[in-house]
Amino acid sequence: MNQLISSPHAHNRSSVQRTMLLVCAALLPATLYGLYLFGWPAIYLFLLCLATAVLSEAACLKLAGRSLKPCTDGSALLTGWLIAMTLPPWAPWWIALVGTLFAVVIGKHLYGGLGQNLFNPAMLARIGLLISFPVEMTTWVAPTPITSAAAPGVIDSLMITAGLLPIPDGITGASALGYVKTALTMSIPVTESMPQVFDTLNAFTGNMRGSLGETSALLILLGGLFLLYKRVISWHIPVSMLGTLAVLAFVFNLIHPERFEPASFHLLSGAALLGAFFIATDMVTSPTTSSGQLVFGAGVACVTFIIRSWGSFPEAVGFAVLFMNALTPIIDRYFRPRIYGYSYTGKPLKSKE
Amino acid sequence: MITAVAVLTLLGLALGLMLGYADKVFAVEENPIVKEVESMLPGTHCGQCGFTGCGGAAEAMVNGEAQVTCCPPGGRSLAQALAEKLGVSVDLSGMASEAMIAAIDESLCTGCCRCYRVCPTDAILGANKQIHAVFADACTGCEKCLDACPEDCIAMRPEQETLDTWHWPKPAAA
Amino acid sequence: MFNKLKIRGGVHAEERKAQSTGQPITTLGIPPFLYLPLRQHAGKPAEPVVSVGQSVKKGELLATSSGEDVCASLHAPTSGVVIAIGEVTAPHPSQLGTLAITLESDGLDTPLALSDTVDPMTLSPSEIADRVDQAGIVGLGGATFPAALKLKSGARQKIDTLILNGSECEPYLTCDDMLMRERAEGIISGARLIQRAIGAKRIVAGIEDNKPEAIAAMEEAATPYSDVLVQPIPTRYPMGSAKQLIQAIMGREVPAGGRSSDVGALVHNVATAYAVHQALYEHQPLISRVVTVSGQCIEQPQNVEVLLGTSISWMLEECGGLTEAPSRVVMGGPMMGQILHTTDVPITKGASGILALASPEISKTEASPCIRCGSCVAACPMGLVPLEMARHAKGDDFEGAREFGLRDCILCGSCAYVCPSHIPLVHYFQFAKGELSSQREQARKGELTKSLAEARKQRKEREEAEKAAAKAAKAAKAQAAKEAKERAKAEKARQQAAEAAQTSEESGS
Repeated sequence: MNQLISSPHAHNRSSVQRTMLLVCAALLPATLYGLYLFGWPAIYLFLLCLATAVLSEAACLKLAGRSLKPCTDGSALLTGWLIAMTLPPWAPWWIALVGTLFAVVIGKHLYGGLGQNLFNPAMLARIGLLISFPVEMTTWVAPTPITSAAAPGVIDSLMITAGLLPIPDGITGASALGYVKTALTMSIPVTESMPQVFDTLNAFTGNMRGSLGETSALLILLGGLFLLYKRVISWHIPVSMLGTLAVLAFVFNLIHPERFEPASFHLLSGAALLGAFFIATDMVTSPTTSSGQLVFGAGVACVTFIIRSWGSFPEAVGFAVLFMNALTPIIDRYFRPRIYGYSYTGKPLKSKE
Repeated sequence: MITAVAVLTLLGLALGLMLGYADKVFAVEENPIVKEVESMLPGTHCGQCGFTGCGGAAEAMVNGEAQVTCCPPGGRSLAQALAEKLGVSVDLSGMASEAMIAAIDESLCTGCCRCYRVCPTDAILGANKQIHAVFADACTGCEKCLDACPEDCIAMRPEQETLDTWHWPKPAAA
Repeated sequence: MFNKLKIRGGVHAEERKAQSTGQPITTLGIPPFLYLPLRQHAGKPAEPVVSVGQSVKKGELLATSSGEDVCASLHAPTSGVVIAIGEVTAPHPSQLGTLAITLESDGLDTPLALSDTVDPMTLSPSEIADRVDQAGIVGLGGATFPAALKLKSGARQKIDTLILNGSECEPYLTCDDMLMRERAEGIISGARLIQRAIGAKRIVAGIEDNKPEAIAAMEEAATPYSDVLVQPIPTRYPMGSAKQLIQAIMGREVPAGGRSSDVGALVHNVATAYAVHQALYEHQPLISRVVTVSGQCIEQPQNVEVLLGTSISWMLEECGGLTEAPSRVVMGGPMMGQILHTTDVPITKGASGILALASPEISKTEASPCIRCGSCVAACPMGLVPLEMARHAKGDDFEGAREFGLRDCILCGSCAYVCPSHIPLVHYFQFAKGELSSQREQARKGELTKSLAEARKQRKEREEAEKAAAKAAKAAKAQAAKEAKERAKAEKARQQAAEAAQTSEESGS
């Protein structure tokens, strides 16, 4: 009773756990649809990511001699979940294991644990994997809904995830972004290659090649709107990122439609939507002020567009997010809110004569 | 290949010589920071730091022979200011968070005036054969009066905390 | 003009106001003892003008200021005998003592005879301010700044608008709400006196729109006066902070380091206005106030009018007592109120509420690491970056904390209210502000002792020089005396020699 407790004595009952679990809930529709679309191998991969994330978090906390309580705050769960969302759905088990361990141990705990990491752990894992294991990370399978005849069974799927059963040749292929990029290097114009792999409606519903959770634009959008409604995230990063990306793509497409993909293609393929709502908005690694967030979102979009258009990698959201993560401390330093009673330059306002 | 090695060697030699020359020519005779540090110290020459007066302490601090925390009358704020000035890190945890000041036990004081004479800040009020009192606001806690008192009636006490001086402590670490 | 009505950031805290508005303001009786701290206001403590054993009447002056200090007088809330002038526990988290006058009431409540038939509205501005000063009125919203000083400085500056603060944005508290519902006419009358004292053109009463009854009552009371406007404002904490209220009503910000008069406004709480009315029309100094007694542990949450100096435990008993042992007792509102470790402390002029909170009502979750979510940045009504301020304070880098706006922090608690990591942000800011002020204090003391040491050194040197001079003078004098002696001796010898010579000459001839 004699403890010195400062005001305020009331609280809005938010918590880190609630925040993290709400993000997971927002991911649920797109995840469930992805699991349905890519069947049992995807389910195994997903579960493996979650389990590895939570167990490695516990191990790290134990090694650091800290309380194991943060295991239940949902942040490790979310990291594992996001990694699973960005992996090729039929990737082998060790991809999930190595990626998740890398994210939690190196991406998060080596920096000092929750809140201390400079880079988004999930994106760190994805980029690390992409650079180290380019073949496994770009083996995209065509959607084989779990109920369809072509889908592998429970046991076969286990074999696929264990890497003992090769993925049938017929169903793998390049993602839309990759296909168009490769076509461009062969001097096939975008206007010709794109219609073969990209269809706005399919991209919207997610019935196309891609990673586990990135394919359905509609469901990701729904999840994102849910987060906005719940005020877990603010509108600044998604709007600025998607807006900038759309404007850039639109302008360049207008100038040279055979070289640059249209805005709809940029927005609906790859990790653009997932990135805008779930990855770039990661609180720990994005700026804290609204003006900073606008700059951050626009930065992610610019880097994404540049790499997608001129870089050697077809997908760029991961690189772009990491790049802007590195700039976050600088953005936070220079984009601060205007303090009451001061001008934007930090001088006291003038009084009324 | 040989040309490259020769060029780099010559370049290195030339630059090294220039640096050495500059070091000799532009050497600063006395460290001006000593004066600055001395001006920051209380200037009571109480000797609690173990050096001869505040000047000696300033020199020792600048030379790294003394800790910036060695001045009890200056307290935490001085240590922090000194650390900033000298660009060293400081561990304030060892320092007494509250300043100690002298208190005279009125029942023992004989009014001998000895403490009154040694006080470097005239913080002791009193006259011959009259009980002395400490003017808390001016006392630096230098303890000189402690040794001077023949009756052993002076004690160092933490300054009485009042609603004016009370501050919130640091929150327990999260 | 009133198109803005908005503040930056802020939070909408769960109101919990309805529980204490169910019944009218009850006037509590006279407790057996009253404990009146000499400082219940911002500034210097008042000095007692009574002595132990003296009998006083209700409304009699007990303590007052000496000279021009920021201070407020103190009056006897009832008749009785002064039984002690000494330390009592202050209603403060530190539980430190504070000097107070203890009054034993005689139960008769004999008032001081007062006769004054002057219509207060005919008084001059400075006379009004003097009477407010004599009545010991302070800002009753919680800041407790002596009201008369605000009136006097207001009269010197060009004030366009007197803003009546009826926003009462803190959850639970309803004392201003109830006062406006029941005594709107007195509030308007007091406000018009203040308006007269500062020469303001108009009065705007800002009332949050969650108090429709209060707005209606105030509008009715304001009808006869064309220059009094009742302005409903959005319900958003911390609307009741002077800077935020001015921003909402005037659409302008008070310049940093400036005062509200810089934008032509002066803010007074509705309860203060009512106290001014009481002092000038009813000749009653500030001896009581309306306090909200609420919280889950209170049998009957309500608003009570209590005498200043009433012990909180006695007051709680009179309100029907507690239903369970409270998890936390808070003086003030839940957002900015102070924790009390004991209820055996008196009600002071600034006590707007006493909340006995049960554990589901308070935040007790342990802090976890900051996830940099930025909720605190969005919630800050001052445009600060609380997470950075706390991070720097935690690392004892108070200058760094100041760079992110510690000095402009109003300690409203919006940041800590929304923090998902439950970081005690306000506690960090209180700590950092305290450290900065004690550093300033130490630096001031350092300057003082340094100048004293210098003065002493000079005095010593002067004394030495004087001593040396005296010694030299003495030596010189001694030398002179010696020389004179020698001269005399020589002279004598010469004379003797001459005499001898003469004698021998005489004898020889």
